[in-house]
Amino acid sequence: MAGAGHPVLWRIVQTIPVLIGVVVVSFVLTRALPGDPAVYFAGAMATPESIAEVRAALGLDQPLVHQFFRYCAALLQGDLGRSVSTGQPVVEDLATRLPASLELTLCALVLSCAVAIPLGILAAVRQGGPIDHLCRILVTAGVSLPTFFTGIVLIYVFYYLLGWAPSPLGRLDFVYLEPPRVTGFLLVDTLLVGDIETFFGAARQLILPSVTLALFTLAPIARMTRAAMLSALSADYVRTARAAGLAPRTVLLTYALRNALLPVVTTLGMVFSFVLGANVLVEKVFAWPGIGSYAVEALVASDYAAVQGFVLAMAVLFVLLNLVIDLAYALIDPRIGFSAK
Amino acid sequence: MPSLDRRAFLASAAAGAGVLPFLRFLPAQAQGRDTLVTVFGQTINSLDLHRVGTNRASYQVAINCYDRLVGFGAKQLPSGEMSYDYDTIVPELAESWTISEDGLAITFKLKPNATFWDGRKVTAEDVKWSFDRAVLAGGFPTTQMRAGGFSRPDQFEALDEETFLVKLDYPSKLSLPNLAVPVPFIINSAIARENATEADPWAMEYLHTTPAGSGAYRVTRWDQGQQLVYERNDSWVGGDLPAIRRVIVREVPSAATRRALVERGDVQVSFDIPDRDASELADRLTVHSTPIENCIHALCLNTRFAPFQDPDVRKAIAFAVPYESIFQAAAYGRGAPLWGGDEEIADIAWPRPFPYATDPERAREHLARSGFAEGFDVTLSISLDLVSWMEPTALLIQEALAPLGITVTIDKIPGANWRTVALVDKTLDMHLENFGGWLNTPCYYFFWAYQKDRLFNSSNYASDVVHDLTDRALHMPVDDPGYAPLIKEMFAHAIEDLPRIPLYQPALNVAMNGASGYEFWFHRQLDVRPLTGA
Amino acid sequence: MSGIVSPAPTPAPERGALAHVGHVLRENPVTAVSFAMFAVIVLMAVLGPALVPYDPLATNAARALEPPSAAHWFGTDHLGRDVFSRVVVATRLDLTISVAAVALSFVIGATLGAIAGYRGGWVDAVLARVLDTIMAFPLFVLAMGIVAAMGNTIENIVYATAIINIPFYARVVRAEVNIRREAGFALAARLAGNSHARVLASHIVPNALPPMMVQVSLNMGWAILNAAGLSFIGLGVRPPTPEWGIMVAEGANYIVSGHWWVALFPGLWLMLAVFTFNLMGDGLRDIVDPRRRT
Repeated sequence: MAGAGHPVLWRIVQTIPVLIGVVVVSFVLTRALPGDPAVYFAGAMATPESIAEVRAALGLDQPLVHQFFRYCAALLQGDLGRSVSTGQPVVEDLATRLPASLELTLCALVLSCAVAIPLGILAAVRQGGPIDHLCRILVTAGVSLPTFFTGIVLIYVFYYLLGWAPSPLGRLDFVYLEPPRVTGFLLVDTLLVGDIETFFGAARQLILPSVTLALFTLAPIARMTRAAMLSALSADYVRTARAAGLAPRTVLLTYALRNALLPVVTTLGMVFSFVLGANVLVEKVFAWPGIGSYAVEALVASDYAAVQGFVLAMAVLFVLLNLVIDLAYALIDPRIGFSAK
Repeated sequence: MPSLDRRAFLASAAAGAGVLPFLRFLPAQAQGRDTLVTVFGQTINSLDLHRVGTNRASYQVAINCYDRLVGFGAKQLPSGEMSYDYDTIVPELAESWTISEDGLAITFKLKPNATFWDGRKVTAEDVKWSFDRAVLAGGFPTTQMRAGGFSRPDQFEALDEETFLVKLDYPSKLSLPNLAVPVPFIINSAIARENATEADPWAMEYLHTTPAGSGAYRVTRWDQGQQLVYERNDSWVGGDLPAIRRVIVREVPSAATRRALVERGDVQVSFDIPDRDASELADRLTVHSTPIENCIHALCLNTRFAPFQDPDVRKAIAFAVPYESIFQAAAYGRGAPLWGGDEEIADIAWPRPFPYATDPERAREHLARSGFAEGFDVTLSISLDLVSWMEPTALLIQEALAPLGITVTIDKIPGANWRTVALVDKTLDMHLENFGGWLNTPCYYFFWAYQKDRLFNSSNYASDVVHDLTDRALHMPVDDPGYAPLIKEMFAHAIEDLPRIPLYQPALNVAMNGASGYEFWFHRQLDVRPLTGA
Repeated sequence: MSGIVSPAPTPAPERGALAHVGHVLRENPVTAVSFAMFAVIVLMAVLGPALVPYDPLATNAARALEPPSAAHWFGTDHLGRDVFSRVVVATRLDLTISVAAVALSFVIGATLGAIAGYRGGWVDAVLARVLDTIMAFPLFVLAMGIVAAMGNTIENIVYATAIINIPFYARVVRAEVNIRREAGFALAARLAGNSHARVLASHIVPNALPPMMVQVSLNMGWAILNAAGLSFIGLGVRPPTPEWGIMVAEGANYIVSGHWWVALFPGLWLMLAVFTFNLMGDGLRDIVDPRRRT
């Protein structure tokens, strides 16, 4: 298995069956959803004739296999179909909404890592001490609350009671104008045109939802850092390094942390894909025009093309992310090669 | 944002306050003048009502950005609230109209000074094109046009540039009002034709994102899933020029967030707020609660389900329902009660209280007399989209029926599936329903909800007598001496047969903080045209 | 450094195990507290319905949305139901959902992961692709889709939660097994005449337990939160069944109007339960980690 060409190339080839699997499963799953989209979209006052008209217009009167092949054929040309509820090509919908979700998720993760990794290391070093316990209690409290609950509480306290936070109206308050769209990331786009006011406007909108998500992601990262650091610190090579008289700082950061990063990076990847898919709840609370709320609305409306497009986009993202993680794995821990996979 | 100049917007919004750190305070400054911010919980998915898949929330674009030939007037309700007036038809694009003796032809004279946004004159040809589109588009617009007796393009004729003729197959009292509902709006057919293709002769693609009309407002910006920005059309002739120059409609899904926004005054109008928020905000903000005309929240008993074929079982349930608790818990006392009415049917008011009230004793008597004295098991289905009133209602009904031996299981059905199982397949044994008719006559409600096989007759009610009575009353003028007796007879059957047990008449609630001029409309969308600041 | 491999752990003698648990608990008071809290939660799940002061389903419109008082410790909800009774009674259902879901995904995931990691070759490749396919789905949306398609019953919520968690276990186990299958102690055990299954079960998989325990502890919490999220979207358990997630989701709408208790108490309880699971997981890790035994 290992012989087929360059290992990285081989690893990329391996993603193809995954994508095929996702396409098939998402097709089957959407068709298994209850409800008849034709009835839904025929709207109020539908008559049997108007429902039949809508069904034909949506191509749902064709046999399933036929629908599947038509979908695949379009997919190969990069056409994800058209969302019935928004009336736009799904590709366009995703392109406008994905950056909003990515920006939020990345901000939250950066915030989370900045707090969680040092906390985890500290907890591992001072294992069993008060700092360790405090850290555990802190991060566990964060992950124990449903995000939509945290979000509403934060809005209630910081916007409604104290008036510190801006109104939770999505990515930008209506007094600002969106910068010309380059990357779709408001923080980047505003800087590109040098619009500092709008940059801060966008940043302010990001604070509460990012904190909400970050609170939730502290725990997996901090705990995995701690667990991995503990493993590493009790490993022989660290004992050896210590015995060899290396400075504690060097031992900690070079030997222990480098080895501990392996599970931390895996966790980070998992957390990222999990959060990107799960921040639908936060998006709902903060009126965030992201990809998650798009998916939920599509799912509830049985908007097949939109759900499939969303799933596929997330899958591609995930596959890419995994590729990067695996590469990182190989770099960090040479014991794992691509060959065995 | 091609259509909105960034600098111009800032300049107008900032009104001289060039110091950007003060941007935060601008909405508060602007609210007294010419910009209003409104929020609501749904999402606008198209700017063209005729398109397949356009949702209810999007109808507001047809209302605010397009004109019809005629509109409804305004009146003050006894409660002091302002409302549209079903009985007064007023000119919009039409200057005047005449109805022929036999009621089969309506001739409209268009306003000579009416122009589209691009400055072109509105002609009868545009009206013809728009009406043809409505009857041929299929789906909802076609069905709604048919309710007024319009089903074919050959019924519409442009006699000259300013004269438009509508021919009817039968005279109907619903025809003229049906031209004032949002559906028959008038499109700039020149622009539409330019953007039509062979596959898309009605320019559905183009008008979906780019309205082309003559209405009071034009859309300057639409960020799907986020906001819609209306800008006033200063050359509007369809009515009095609106006071507000720009209206921003923001979509905020979370009800809690919407409430916080309007309470803090960051937005001026929160449209369609939950009953609970309405009752709690009423003493702090201006809250308008208007019972929705011709709309009933009802408990439906499907005749397909054996126990519900027994009239005594249906009456037992009607006497067991805890109406007052439901009205308080589900509607927070907003709207109008529909129980405990007189036995005698003295008038043709609708919705009307049925002569049933919570009376466990009589409920037991009726059940004992029925073939199901021991009780039975039944599933009460509710829609996931409407849980805010359906869930408390269902729980209270479940609890009230338990002492009778009727074991109720509650089933929540997702929105996409609800229409299929409840309205199309009509397979739900016991469920809650909220139909409301746009055209405000009892016969119109009966047409949709009591006639056999109609969409909203989710109880599978099949009474030849009621079917026939409805057919006879539907197109008869309300002041015809024969009308009231027909309607009273229909009421008597509905009360006796009980396929639908009315619970209460719901209210449409709107909270305002820094705006006024709200008017209730049957279409349950925000008409921004009469709004004013503060 | 590539040649360095952890040495084979010596399986501790059975009689030392209890003493070891005692040692860990003494050394880590937080773990001891978490075990005590877990006992309370289990007790509540077993005895809850017999202990509560009110019928958790009984409505009382006249006493709707009352703040906490002596009669109603946690106040009442929008239908006048006693929040305290509902919170306590919900424990059994929530515990069942999370335990069932995690147990399912643990067993299936660990088995798949161990086989894949140990056998390698095409078995590994195929399983890895299947797991990747599941993981490539946005998990919450997958759970939503499953529940929406199959109906919102408790079993389906458990299945949906279990399916989305399988890859987490499988990957952790696979990675550990993959590292250790060539390790000296594994090879030695194999040479000593042990079957593959035995080597895997008694020599390699125990090494994967510590990270697995961290996963279990996190997942117990995630399982409850997942159910809560589904409730927020409206795909949770059927009313009027009391369940923490639904209670928080419904109560969340009452926070801004000042009726904080409707969401706060179920939220606190939920948090307490997740908290307990997480702290316990940490404690369990200390107990099962062979390298910490002295």
